[in-house]
Amino acid sequence: MTAQDELIAIKGVRDGLLISLSPTEKWQTVADQLAARIDEQADFYAGADVTVQLDNRPVPKYELSSLKALLDRRGLTLTMVLSSSDTTRESAAALDLKTKVGDQTRPPSMPESRSADSMLISAEETGTAGVLFRRTLRSGRTIHSEGHVVVIGDVNPGAKVIAAGDIIVWGKLRGTVHAGADGNEAAIVCALDMNPNQLRIASYIVTSPPGKRENIVPEVAFIRDHHIIVEARG
Amino acid sequence: MAGKAVTITSGKGGVGKTTATANLGVSLAGLGKKVVVIDADIGLRNLDVIMGLENRIVYDLVDIVEGRSKLRQAMIKHKKFTNLHLIPAAQTRDKMAVSPTDMIELADKLREDFDYILIDSPAGIERGFRNALAPANEVLIVTNPEISAVRDADRIIGLIEAANKGPSKLIINRLKTDMVKKGEMLSADDIIDILGLSVIGIIPEDRYVLSASNSGVPVTLNSNSQAGAAFANIARRLTGEDVPLMNLDENRGFFWRIARLFEGG
Repeated sequence: MTAQDELIAIKGVRDGLLISLSPTEKWQTVADQLAARIDEQADFYAGADVTVQLDNRPVPKYELSSLKALLDRRGLTLTMVLSSSDTTRESAAALDLKTKVGDQTRPPSMPESRSADSMLISAEETGTAGVLFRRTLRSGRTIHSEGHVVVIGDVNPGAKVIAAGDIIVWGKLRGTVHAGADGNEAAIVCALDMNPNQLRIASYIVTSPPGKRENIVPEVAFIRDHHIIVEARG
Repeated sequence: MAGKAVTITSGKGGVGKTTATANLGVSLAGLGKKVVVIDADIGLRNLDVIMGLENRIVYDLVDIVEGRSKLRQAMIKHKKFTNLHLIPAAQTRDKMAVSPTDMIELADKLREDFDYILIDSPAGIERGFRNALAPANEVLIVTNPEISAVRDADRIIGLIEAANKGPSKLIINRLKTDMVKKGEMLSADDIIDILGLSVIGIIPEDRYVLSASNSGVPVTLNSNSQAGAAFANIARRLTGEDVPLMNLDENRGFFWRIARLFEGG
């Protein structure tokens, strides 16, 4: 599973999914793993618009069109290709896809898919994008998001949620969460039952105190005076 | 006949998958069901030993898949129950010798002749587990009241959900009531709270289990064993019967044994 995780990264962004594919691994391997990864959660991904980040890999038209077909069959729509390779951008243009020069050095807080030419209203008015999970995240699951993450269900020990924005768990939080992962110290974590294995906000880390807990109430974690504070919001 | 494939798995090793498979096989056979148990743990076979059938093995699962043996030839009839059969694992090969598709095809053939196909999954989340899961209509997750076993069970449940199998049911094995009371062991409620799964049975820690495994006579055939009774109850629940969970606080005295006799276990 870990090898697969390194080849492919799927992130929820403002207007759909940002899928980054390893620029070096064999194309067929990457494509197969992407298909497998999407199939694992077919219902969750279905219907999304997809931006694919291909870095400097030169992708001929037939490969790109097979990728588009692979996504189509799973109910996903390829809308944009990010690549620094001219070949790849030409392939994309030939398939009527939007293209941009993908810039890896840019911090992840600025998702590539917020393209200047897409007709979006400013962030102040629309809020920041978030992803919603209406299920329990079990051990071994990792969620990445450029925006906020809302989980309706539990985050079990061994599961991990990493978000540039806030993390809200309508359930028991017992795994590891990292809010404000890009360094946003204003990010918060809320949970109905706050008992994380490890909780991070920006560059701060806390663990839950050991021992039995009583009077479990909804709590919110945030940074104040260079410390993570956890307060009841009953 | 449309038999049901039930996969018994756990993630972590040593929690009692094989013991559970053997006992459920024997119990279901005792209820008059036609049962075949498959050892999917290729390379580390055990189920034959626990069922006392080791010395009867001629062909195995890999022989069937690779066409060296007919299905019927490889099935070993149980000594006591003629309606119970074992398909043993190969000892000299590894998990890659069989594919999930092979397992689905095998189970489809067996469904014609059997009510229950019990598949004993190997530990882990790799090919062996995938093989065992592929044909499953139902999944039973075996776990112990300890954090690491519960954590692995959680991981496995996630993978089963991702594969659109299940809903799985939980068997909590080796629970020690006295330790739970002292707060030294996770309780059944603690485990259910984390895994969010319905429980099909709780097996108390019982010294008879080990001796039963060593002698090749599954513990459910021992009318003195509380664990054996618990396995028999799970078998009845699998058939759709509504059997309440045992009260594990019960004193294992004379009256308990009488009650057990009347249960017909």
